[in-house]
Amino acid sequence: MALVLAWEAASRLGLWRPWVFPSPSAIGRSLWSGVVDGSIPRGIATSLRRLVIGYLLSLVGGVGLGLGLARSRTLRESLGTIVTGLQALPSICWLPLALLWFGLSESAILFVVVAGSLLSITVATESGVSNVPPLYVRAARTMGARGATLYLRVILPAALPSILSGMRLGWTFAWRSLMAGELLFVSGGLGQLLATGRELGDMARVMAVMVAIVTLGLVTEVLFFKQLDARVREVWGTDRA
Amino acid sequence: MIALESVAKHFTSRRGTHHALAGVSLTIEEGQFVCLLGPSGCGKSTLLNLIAGLDRADSGRVTLDGREITGPGPERSVMFQDSALFPWLSVRKNVDFGLELAGVRDKHERAARTETFLKKVHLWRFRDAYVHELSGGMRQRVALARALAPDPHVLLMDEPFAALDAQTRDVLHGELTEIWRATKKTVVFVTHNVREAVRLGDRVVLMATSPGRVKLDETIALARPRVTEGDVAYYVGRIMKELRTEVEKVMREEIDDAWQPAPGAVPGGTGSGVGGGI
Repeated sequence: MALVLAWEAASRLGLWRPWVFPSPSAIGRSLWSGVVDGSIPRGIATSLRRLVIGYLLSLVGGVGLGLGLARSRTLRESLGTIVTGLQALPSICWLPLALLWFGLSESAILFVVVAGSLLSITVATESGVSNVPPLYVRAARTMGARGATLYLRVILPAALPSILSGMRLGWTFAWRSLMAGELLFVSGGLGQLLATGRELGDMARVMAVMVAIVTLGLVTEVLFFKQLDARVREVWGTDRA
Repeated sequence: MIALESVAKHFTSRRGTHHALAGVSLTIEEGQFVCLLGPSGCGKSTLLNLIAGLDRADSGRVTLDGREITGPGPERSVMFQDSALFPWLSVRKNVDFGLELAGVRDKHERAARTETFLKKVHLWRFRDAYVHELSGGMRQRVALARALAPDPHVLLMDEPFAALDAQTRDVLHGELTEIWRATKKTVVFVTHNVREAVRLGDRVVLMATSPGRVKLDETIALARPRVTEGDVAYYVGRIMKELRTEVEKVMREEIDDAWQPAPGAVPGGTGSGVGGGI
């Protein structure tokens, strides 16, 4: 809070030019006008929709692929290196290909989002599943668990703490990929608001959108991941040393 | 009735081939409490895994009531040294999940049976606790409830009390004996502790190492509950004599070749881990 006040004071004293680094009050006004004219809520809605769809696709695909890699030697030998290699590739590098494959469409941006978050979830799932104590699997087998039941009710829950950390990472990667994608080309969404702000030289608008993005990130973290994480820690007893 | 007919099983590792079991034949009558005793590496756990259906024999047959065992089944419950309770489930859910896997569809029946068995092991009060909140002894009680709830014919126990302190183990011995007397399940109990074997079993099967085989099959003709030190000590002494040579053999394999037992050392004598702590 003190930081914001100091920032405001410094801006008013004219220590730098306002169109380069706007004051908090200017950002607040811009944010408010963006909310009132509906551009920021619309942007949030569009971006969130893409984010949620892309992320859910990644979650299903990543957990499935991670499980496969952990349990199947053939899959690990054929895909393992590719997965590790592709992890190093920033997802926005997929954009040209995605544009070629899907055109200037919703699918292209979803593809970039999935490319961004899929592999972190995959890798976390693989490591989580590989580290499930064999005793759990043996015990479950003696109790009669087989096939899908064994995977869904024993192996995946046992790997949950690790999968959860991958989900968190995947979520932030999905955000970054989405913003990069929207900034570069696709209509609608917060990323495009940023791009227009830049084109109009309206730094207050740019920073207002950044504030909106940070807020969204904080809200999902606090409302969703923090809760989930706390619950897992409580159940597993990992919150005590 | 569990029957093993000249069962052999070997494991191959980087260090070579290990003959865990070589032609073991053994019959376990319905309702009998049999303790499999032996030094580490004698194949007693391997034998249990074969009965559990977690492993297949290289040759020979393992049958339960005449039917060959080809995999795990709900008529055979297994308890491990580590409770193997699932940490993401509460105590109650752990037992309930076991019943569900055993094929009990009806929710109300599962709930009722869970309550019955958790009360039987005196842990109903902790029904909503998670595994990390329980002590080692409590975990094994829950594991016992989970094993008994599906009403199996056979209870297979792989050193279930080995990691517990002596007092807790003593209490659990008493309770297991009571539960066994009330339910008359067939129990196969693996241990490396002679006193534990003599205290619990109708029969103690001593196994020898390299290759794993039956060395001594002793019926324990003692009334229950067995608390009198004298009677138990008689059997402990008899079995210990046989066990001693086996333990020495294992020591020679595991430690340097030059190892010699200290003169007069009795494995499992006072202060030793083999038979102490009962």
